[in-house]
Amino acid sequence: MHRLMALSTLLACTALASAAMANTAYVSNEKGNTISVIDLDKMETVATVPVGERPRGITLSHDNKLLYICTSDADHIEVLDLETLQVVNSLPSGPDPELFVLSRDGSHLYIANEDNNFVTVLDLQQGIVSAEIPVGVEPEGMAVSPDDKILINTSETTNMAHFIDTTTLEIVDNVLVDSRPRYAEFTPDGKQLWVSAEIGGTVSVIDVATRKILHKIEFAVQGVRADTIQPVGVRITPDGKTAFVALGPANRVAVVDVASYEVQDYLLVGQRVWQMDFTPDAKLLVSTNGESNDVSVINVVERKVLKSIAVGELPWGVAIR
Amino acid sequence: MSQGRSARILGILAAGVAALTFAFGQAAVAQSTPLHVPIVYLKETIEEPLPLSLVEPVATDKGLAGVKLAIGDNNTTGKFLKQEFELVEKTIPAGGDLKAAAAEMSAAGQKLVIADLTGPRLTEFADLPDMKDAVIFNIRAEDDGLRAADCRANILHTIPSRAMKADALGQWLASKQWMRWVLVYGVNDGDRAFADAIRRTAKRYRAEIVEERAYEWKAGSRRTDTGEQQVRDQMTQLTQRLPDHDVVIVADESEVFGDYLPYRNWDPRPVVGTSGLVPTSWHRSQEQWGGTQLQRRFMRDFNRWMLERDYAAWEAVRSIGEAVTRTTSADAPTLHEYIMSDTFELAAFKGKPLTYRKWDQQLRQPILLATPLMLVSVSPQEGFLHERTPLDSLGYDEPDSTCRLN
Repeated sequence: MHRLMALSTLLACTALASAAMANTAYVSNEKGNTISVIDLDKMETVATVPVGERPRGITLSHDNKLLYICTSDADHIEVLDLETLQVVNSLPSGPDPELFVLSRDGSHLYIANEDNNFVTVLDLQQGIVSAEIPVGVEPEGMAVSPDDKILINTSETTNMAHFIDTTTLEIVDNVLVDSRPRYAEFTPDGKQLWVSAEIGGTVSVIDVATRKILHKIEFAVQGVRADTIQPVGVRITPDGKTAFVALGPANRVAVVDVASYEVQDYLLVGQRVWQMDFTPDAKLLVSTNGESNDVSVINVVERKVLKSIAVGELPWGVAIR
Repeated sequence: MSQGRSARILGILAAGVAALTFAFGQAAVAQSTPLHVPIVYLKETIEEPLPLSLVEPVATDKGLAGVKLAIGDNNTTGKFLKQEFELVEKTIPAGGDLKAAAAEMSAAGQKLVIADLTGPRLTEFADLPDMKDAVIFNIRAEDDGLRAADCRANILHTIPSRAMKADALGQWLASKQWMRWVLVYGVNDGDRAFADAIRRTAKRYRAEIVEERAYEWKAGSRRTDTGEQQVRDQMTQLTQRLPDHDVVIVADESEVFGDYLPYRNWDPRPVVGTSGLVPTSWHRSQEQWGGTQLQRRFMRDFNRWMLERDYAAWEAVRSIGEAVTRTTSADAPTLHEYIMSDTFELAAFKGKPLTYRKWDQQLRQPILLATPLMLVSVSPQEGFLHERTPLDSLGYDEPDSTCRLN
């Protein structure tokens, strides 16, 4: 009996351990008003959680216990407890929150309010809006430098990356990029900022110290019309060597060598690919394919698409723990 | 993008850095004077047909509201670049003095014009010597002639032509294999012109117009209080004993009878054209490609839906804004050259960069197909290919056009 109990305890522990080891991807479904929960070991959707209207940008708390969700049409941020899969809180965000970034110290969420040309600063400890920063028309992309000192916002109709000092909360510089900048990503060393331009079809690599554009990466896929190549999400591996760029209706993820800016590969994924995230070990990359209602799982080292996994309607954002 | 463009952007950036570097030096005075960009909105007050439906609100600032929204957008961007866009409103009465208006603008150095004018008045205005080096955006006149024999070097068109709209509709019907058309048109010039565009489209896509009918009754009151039965009888009469057909295409730009046709026609066939399924460059149901943001900004400021002329006006003012941002100039010929260059592109919530056709200065753009409350499709349709861009499958292409501004 004792032995049996010991065995079952052991089994339970093993089960827990493997559950803890398995990576879980959370995907916001813009039209489905849900979050899909994907077990990346089983490679399948294991739960679908109803949330507020039009969930788009999502991000994990640094302790991986909470998922913050921009529920755009509900005009607030919802907080999903990842253990219970219940929405446990909703936080003020200003109107139409689309994308946000969590400060590296976890204290603030910086939120792009697409409708009113503001970036809202949300103090997470107090749960209140502590500041609003006027930016260009249709703010979208958000990034924070590795040292938490510089906040970036891209404005889609103004076509700029705004550099904001996180201490004074004032814009210190603006860099003009190509049409409709959607996403901004720092290299891990904080020296470069990569900004995608959806309509311009380019990624601008900006030197953070001088705010000069070092290079513009262009894309060309054989048999794909140039005007359907629309860069949106950008992710750079933690070793700073490889960048992945989601090309929207071109249905490809471009693989770029960070050092040479050379586009080395185009991976065929689902339709209208927008956002991406790595697993914590950076071995897998997951892309959201809005039109085909699925995500693609990519092997980062081999640069191969492993699998498509069905999720809800119009998948938009993804975050993996 | 091209090297030239990268160089230009780097130039702008360099200028920005220089401005910062010298912010406390002597150069500060010169640099801190904002670049002033006046944009004239010119409107001739002529009576316009009211929407046939009484539930459709009447917009009295159609076009102007779009200009105002885009000026605001330009200024939000401009504040980061020290550029100020100013709206100069000029309204003349019906048949008023365009020459005097042009002289006034010229004297004030105002050479960027958003023209809310009908076709003949637009060319009359553009031909005035005072407007010779101006850039005039046509936001209203859909006349195909303005993109052909009557085209002008100083006119750019953001409103699509009738031919573009007819082709957009025709592509959809062809893709549905609805190839037998009945064409019903009203008595006004615009109705006849749209009917002509439909005939051209039918030829292009080998559809058959099985019969044409004209609707000769005059416009009455919008109210149909107790008149519902009479309307029904009129529409039934208009459409009875037609040969076999797939759709009824109505050409009634002045809203005399078009919205009365659906469900009242003799045969159970859908109505398309100026009523029913309508080709348009903008629609309240358009939420794709970030369109929701534009719709919300507009609704918040003007308390009504954005209409096609507002959108054309927004595109025009944003074209100027984009050119000013990239060239840091307010000089009309410089802006005109940039707008027509290969580096220009406008993001306008249509999912792809918009550019101007070099031969007739028409803005290329996808055309929406919508019913009153829903977006149905967006043309060009799949498979309507073109060597340059599928967008050039809509309207008069370079080889068919008699206009050669390039």
